[in-house]
Amino acid sequence: MQVIRVIPCLDVDRGRVVKGVNFVDLRDAGDPVELAAVYDRQGADELIFLDITASSDDRETTVAMAEAVAEQVYIPFTIGGGIRTVDDARRLLRAGADKVSVNSAAVARPELVAEIAAEFGSQCCVVAIDGRRSNEVETSLGAIPESAPGIPSGFEVFVKGGREATGIDAVEWAQRVVELGAGEILLTSMDRDGTREGFDVEMTRAIADSVNVPVIASGGVGGVHHLAPGVTEGGADAVLAASIFHFGESTVADAKEALTNAGITVRPA
Amino acid sequence: MADSNPNETLDSSRPTIAVLDYGIGNLRSAQKSLIRAGADASLTADPEEIAAADGVVLPGVGAFGACMDALAATGLDEQARVAAASGRPFIGICVGMQLLYEGSEESPDHAGLGLLPGQVRLLPDTVKRPQMQWNKLATSDHPLLIGLDGSWMYFVHSYAAELSDHTIATTDYGGEVAAAAALDNVWATQFHPEKSADDGRRLLENWVDFVRSTSKTSQTPESDQTRL
Repeated sequence: MQVIRVIPCLDVDRGRVVKGVNFVDLRDAGDPVELAAVYDRQGADELIFLDITASSDDRETTVAMAEAVAEQVYIPFTIGGGIRTVDDARRLLRAGADKVSVNSAAVARPELVAEIAAEFGSQCCVVAIDGRRSNEVETSLGAIPESAPGIPSGFEVFVKGGREATGIDAVEWAQRVVELGAGEILLTSMDRDGTREGFDVEMTRAIADSVNVPVIASGGVGGVHHLAPGVTEGGADAVLAASIFHFGESTVADAKEALTNAGITVRPA
Repeated sequence: MADSNPNETLDSSRPTIAVLDYGIGNLRSAQKSLIRAGADASLTADPEEIAAADGVVLPGVGAFGACMDALAATGLDEQARVAAASGRPFIGICVGMQLLYEGSEESPDHAGLGLLPGQVRLLPDTVKRPQMQWNKLATSDHPLLIGLDGSWMYFVHSYAAELSDHTIATTDYGGEVAAAAALDNVWATQFHPEKSADDGRRLLENWVDFVRSTSKTSQTPESDQTRL
């Protein structure tokens, strides 16, 4: 039985949750532990914390945050952002994170994926891929991706928050990191991120069909009705959303109800 | 979700639990969740502390062979065998369950602890590997699983023990997969109870209750323990 996971994502800066978290009943809306507990109660299956701390000097606060979350939250959580070495990963995992997610550091040095997988196991090695359509053609069915030079799938890996192209094909990259030992792919559409127009289901499908590890669909969710297509059309194993949960528009339970109504199996909220 | 654990008020009956610490992965969650379930849990590689504990936990993450190597390097393979043979409650979690068997397809050149008969096999190729999701248990009648038929647990694994007479819970992932096993005092779960929210907490409470029921200290409380 495949059971689709619903994963709220929180951005953290120096150990504090940032970017538009707006719950009414929180004593401290920036407290990752309190927010994590709220999502845990709502029935979240996992949590992802994306560390956007600019200075590496401040990373100790992220380690402390992982410890604090692990003290009180009894569902799995992943920390991504700023992990460049096995030692960075070790500190977060020792602090209580269940998985770490690597992105641009893996693009710069793919061996990092193999090193983390060898040291801690593939199950805690997530590779985040920020993908963008490098080329499109207009058809009667709308814009569809088309191959570009060096990008046979039409989906290209970007880094630096979607601003910098790498010339790497996203499907080939996904296959490569799985060979290196990635246990899960967190796939974000940088075309859709922040648009609230829904997942890029074509890109999700292209990646999900090319690897045999779980794929988390991310980027573009503007309402719970956007979640099911990531699974039914995109073939994702988990769906990630941020703003719909943070602003209190929807709860994780709402998300699970929408998925259930689309015929998708979830852990009851 | 209650913040207080009723067991925490019964300090005199907090059994001691040794979580075998052989340098792998994140054991903090396991320790915390056992404390929450009413135990006095510590991470340890000290033979005396392990020998004195009312119950012993064998955790495990990563590859089977790497875990067996790490167990051997710390001498905890022998400590685990001794603890299991002592008849005290013993539980393996995740790869810790797999290590209890005779061997695994993941690492054919490594023998397991052989505390449970059978082999560990790769999950079928008709499903994604690892299984990295919550899944539902079908349970048999066993003290570990009281109140947990149809419960949801968090799984992360690519290999699983063969189904056998010792299987006490299964889950459906490309077919029936062993989710928990028990032979006398040696019990095991393939899933992570410490990451399985309230259902996982219930399972650990069941185990801690069992440890308490078998421990000498619970029958003869020591003088320095205070009943609240």
